Amino acid sequence: MTMRLVTRYVPAVLFLAALIVAWDIAVRAFDLQPYLLPGPGRVWHAFLEVRGTLPGHIRTTMTEALLGLGIACVLGAGIAALLAGFAPVRRVVYPLLVVSQNVPMIVMAPLIVVWFGFGIMPKALVVALICFFPIVVSTTDGLLRADRELVDLARSFGASRLQVLRTILVPSAVPSFFAGLQISATYAVLGAVIAEWVGASSGLGLFISRSQTAFRVDRVFVAVAVIAAVSILLFALVHLAARAAMPWQYAHGQNPEESR
Amino acid sequence: MPEPVLNPAIRVDGVSLTFGGATPVHALDDVSLRVEPGQFVSLVGPSGCGKSTLLKLLAGLVLPDAGSASIEGIPVAGRPGSAAFMPQRDLLLPWRRTIANAALGAELAGVSREQARSEARSLLPSFGLEGFERAWPAQLSGGMRQRLALLRTFLVPRDVMLLDEPFGALDAITRREMQQWLQAVWTEHQRSVLLVTHDVDEALVLSDVVFVMSPRPGRIVHRVDVPFARPRSVADTTTAEFASLKSELLDALEAAGRPVRRVEVSERTTRPA
Ligand SMILES: Nc1ncnc2c1ncn2[C@@H]1O[C@H](COP(=O)(O)OP(=O)(O)OP(=O)(O)O)[C@@H](O)[C@H]1O
Ligand SMILES: [Mg+2]
Repeated sequence: MTMRLVTRYVPAVLFLAALIVAWDIAVRAFDLQPYLLPGPGRVWHAFLEVRGTLPGHIRTTMTEALLGLGIACVLGAGIAALLAGFAPVRRVVYPLLVVSQNVPMIVMAPLIVVWFGFGIMPKALVVALICFFPIVVSTTDGLLRADRELVDLARSFGASRLQVLRTILVPSAVPSFFAGLQISATYAVLGAVIAEWVGASSGLGLFISRSQTAFRVDRVFVAVAVIAAVSILLFALVHLAARAAMPWQYAHGQNPEESR
Repeated sequence: MPEPVLNPAIRVDGVSLTFGGATPVHALDDVSLRVEPGQFVSLVGPSGCGKSTLLKLLAGLVLPDAGSASIEGIPVAGRPGSAAFMPQRDLLLPWRRTIANAALGAELAGVSREQARSEARSLLPSFGLEGFERAWPAQLSGGMRQRLALLRTFLVPRDVMLLDEPFGALDAITRREMQQWLQAVWTEHQRSVLLVTHDVDEALVLSDVVFVMSPRPGRIVHRVDVPFARPRSVADTTTAEFASLKSELLDALEAAGRPVRRVEVSERTTRPA
């Protein structure tokens, strides 16, 4: 298991290392100014400088991202159930949802902060607004694609609509729900950062905007690396949750991902 | 003929059904049959003649264009839940382990979860599933999946069972065991059974009556009453009487499979058995 994990991630890590080396060589070769593009060494020094204040910012951003993602899950699954269960609702609401995704979050975020204040809630809302769409689309699809014959089987035993929903439709849609959630999870941290940018007292977004005003591009790079790391962590969390929720997909000898 | 006192377990009266679409399929044409309470009836016929469709209709899952069908006197149209239905595909839920899959039908039919699961557990050995309580369906063999689907059907507390090729995926020995088992259970519990099968021996060993269907349009073209005493065993399949019923059924099946049926029947019947 661990051996397999190592061989699985070694190529990606090697590639990343190669990129960092190339970055270092480029910065030296073209003699780039640090306020344009700092080298990896400089970024590392910046990281050591801000080591003490970073965890607080990370905690804030992570809280907002997780809270927003949680809201997105509940909201997304609920809306998906309505869309899948009622065709007229689907015909009216689905196009609106798609259109709503074309409103740039960079425009919405300031408004939401104005409406809801500077606390954690408006940031979580921005995250939720960004994250619920993939969950809705994917879960609706999963509900609608449930095997007709399984539904018929349940009905043949006298199942009510609610029982069909609970025993057949919801479990059928769990894999799709997690597929959507995995996409959402990659946007969640970014969403929180954008919201903090607009106005916050703590968080990685605030850290970036402060660093920018001070022309500390090296610190911006630190923040970017941290955001990437935190996103990967969140992604891994979702993956673990998926494993726990769908043990049948991961029963020994038939992990659909590892056999690929 | 005197009117029977009890409602028939299954009654199908002049049912016709056409599937729409680009090329409409006339799946059932004026089909009528009865299964008396406690009777074991089989339905044989070439692939695609409408056997599964008839069972789905009795399960309340498809509606007829004409005619009517009832189970224990209650019309089935648009009212599923009157019979224990075993579809042709095993349709196990991938996210339920063996016990939970076995209990599904009973739970949905109103049996409490605990009772359904404990009954399922106690029957696992007779279905050859002992030791696989915690397996996922994907970890079972085709034959095990089929036995699990049969167990699920059997646990549904209904007096009428509709079985669509329940032994199709089993090897000859297991198949024979399960037939014997089904016969014993049927004798003990006096459930009424309508069984779809491709296996003429199976139909003759298990049934009181065998109906033969012909395809496009699906019609009932032949009926054989099986007089042999019960319990029947494999030894019975070697008697001359059995052989003659078997060839009668095979002839009817072969005739049913031909596009121009009427012409061929006389030729077939003159052939030595
Ligand atoms: N949902 C459906 N829509 C359209 N046509 C259908 C549908 N279900 C069945 N049919 C058609 O109806 C006919 C009868 O199908 P059915 O499944 O009842 O056959 P069968 O006798 O059970 O065959 P087999 O022995 O192969 O299982 C077939 O020609 C099939 O193509
Ligand atoms: Mg069939």
